[in-house]
Amino acid sequence: MSTTTSTRTAAPNLPPPDLWHRVRHSDTSVAMLFLLPSLLGFVLFYLWPAIRGIWLSFTEFNLLRQTSSFIGLGNYQELVGDPLFWHSMRVTLLYVVINISIQTVLALAIAVMMDRLTQSVVVRGIMVLPWLIPQVVVGLLWLWMLDPSLGIVNEFLQAIGIPSQPFLGSPDQVIPALAGINIWRHTGYTALLLFAGLQTIPGDLYEAASVDGASEWKMFWRITMPLLRPVLALVLVITVVGSFQVFDVVHVATGGFGGTPGGPANASLVIYLYIFRQAFNFNNFGYAAAMATVLFVLLVGVAFIQMKLLRASQSDLA
Amino acid sequence: MSLASRTRSSSRTHPPSEGSRPRRLSPGRIVAWAALILLIVLTLFPFVWILRTALSTNAALFTGEAGLLPAEPTLVNFRRVLGLATPEEIVAAGGSGVTFNFWLYLRNSLIVATVVTLGQVTFSAMAAYAFSRLHFPGRDALFYLFLSALMIPPVFILIPNFLFLNSLGLLDTFPAVVAPFFFMTPFTVFFLRQFFLGINTQIEEAAKLDGAGHVQLFTRIAVPIMAAPLSTAAILTFIQSWNEYMWPLVVGQDPSVRVLTVALSLFRAGSPQAAPDWTGLMTATFLAAVPIIVLFLVMGRRVVDGIQFSGVK
Repeated sequence: MSTTTSTRTAAPNLPPPDLWHRVRHSDTSVAMLFLLPSLLGFVLFYLWPAIRGIWLSFTEFNLLRQTSSFIGLGNYQELVGDPLFWHSMRVTLLYVVINISIQTVLALAIAVMMDRLTQSVVVRGIMVLPWLIPQVVVGLLWLWMLDPSLGIVNEFLQAIGIPSQPFLGSPDQVIPALAGINIWRHTGYTALLLFAGLQTIPGDLYEAASVDGASEWKMFWRITMPLLRPVLALVLVITVVGSFQVFDVVHVATGGFGGTPGGPANASLVIYLYIFRQAFNFNNFGYAAAMATVLFVLLVGVAFIQMKLLRASQSDLA
Repeated sequence: MSLASRTRSSSRTHPPSEGSRPRRLSPGRIVAWAALILLIVLTLFPFVWILRTALSTNAALFTGEAGLLPAEPTLVNFRRVLGLATPEEIVAAGGSGVTFNFWLYLRNSLIVATVVTLGQVTFSAMAAYAFSRLHFPGRDALFYLFLSALMIPPVFILIPNFLFLNSLGLLDTFPAVVAPFFFMTPFTVFFLRQFFLGINTQIEEAAKLDGAGHVQLFTRIAVPIMAAPLSTAAILTFIQSWNEYMWPLVVGQDPSVRVLTVALSLFRAGSPQAAPDWTGLMTATFLAAVPIIVLFLVMGRRVVDGIQFSGVK
């Protein structure tokens, strides 16, 4: 420890009770110093914009003229009567339901398989890889694989006797297709989080159960599920809230080449995309801020209800 | 929070299940293995396919030649995207005429991800140290305020942040592209604080008795001890920053600061509808993921452990 020796030799030279020494050793002033950069970032790019975002939602903001006028609940009234807002909410909800239901069941199965079959970090690494690469890459990759005329998925379907599907080009199929893409991207990551939860379940519980002649199926429902519940609940909160916020893949994989993201015919206009469009394509910053505020409140509510329903903070592992 | 300490301590003492659980090769196990292998194949197949496309010619794609190996294998797409091909080659290979300045966008992505990682991990580690080691009034209240920002949807602060940087006249500059991520993210502060809390403070106490100040304690003792979690946080931050799309799309479309994700998206948006340059697009797409894949091949275990730790926080 070179540190300790150097301070030891340095210490006698310092007049102990001087002001600098006291300041240096008092926690509050040191804490200020340590927190200064992150606090600056937090205030500038989280706290202040959050407050400003709420304020913006009560105004009509013009970027070009840099004017903003207070219009009270005007944006919120407009939002209630905007069919496209409700449409985008429905589209998003459909996406969330398909995505979460399939992803969670699949991830749970993969997590249990990894836990029971292999502890290999290579297997876990492969499963999480699609989550690590840019979502833009994922979107373009599947845009190509799902291409109606040249995509490999349609070639495969035709090979087994199913006619070619339009997927991302069809109003009916675009949301299921996007959910499918995300299931490919995100299931391994969810499985890894659940796997980490499974690792906390004491192995002797399974040992005792199998000595008693319990089947794998019974052990899953009687041991795994009850003990995994707190982790599963947290993972569900994270994935559901995240799923409502889908953007990157939709923005690059819909609308075809040279088209408007959200197509065809707004069939994939998820709420993030609609907020983005109102702000950055139509210059309606106040209106976009109002929608973002509604989404924020909605997501806090969804997270809160999930935590309550799933009793996420309590563990059955006594 | 109580979950964190228990989880980690038990996963450390709890031996891997080999040996401790029954390992018979029953029909059920064979089916489960088959399912797992199928899932691994499904996970990896798109990577194989994108590479296959990148190594094929556009003309060969239209003839519909099947098979895992490239149709008419060629490196022309890589040469095109890397700017090594002649104009005649580009036309012959079915280039759409939309330019894709790969090296410039790669440079931009590297600058942004590196600067964000250095700033965010340094400042978040300092904050994490303060939140886990120092005693000052309002500490926990401030920490939970930081933590509550995890709930803020990025799109909610996207608009005010855009307006803020616009009013500073910083749009289409590197400072704007890195700004919201440079000083901290709630996640990184939280992630590192949990690690600090899990570390034995004995050495720090000893050094404190020897008269070391907190700045010394942090730089000479806490940081070296925390080297592993700090590098995990750095890798995760780098990957996240490399993948970021919505923010640079809003503030950094100018080629001088355009990062790879935005460049790929604009390349697609500008491609002609009639005959898209699939092989060119897939080659660029593949190359944009290569740094992440390489990083993952080198540091995979650390990434996997880091994600698992973040999950059971």
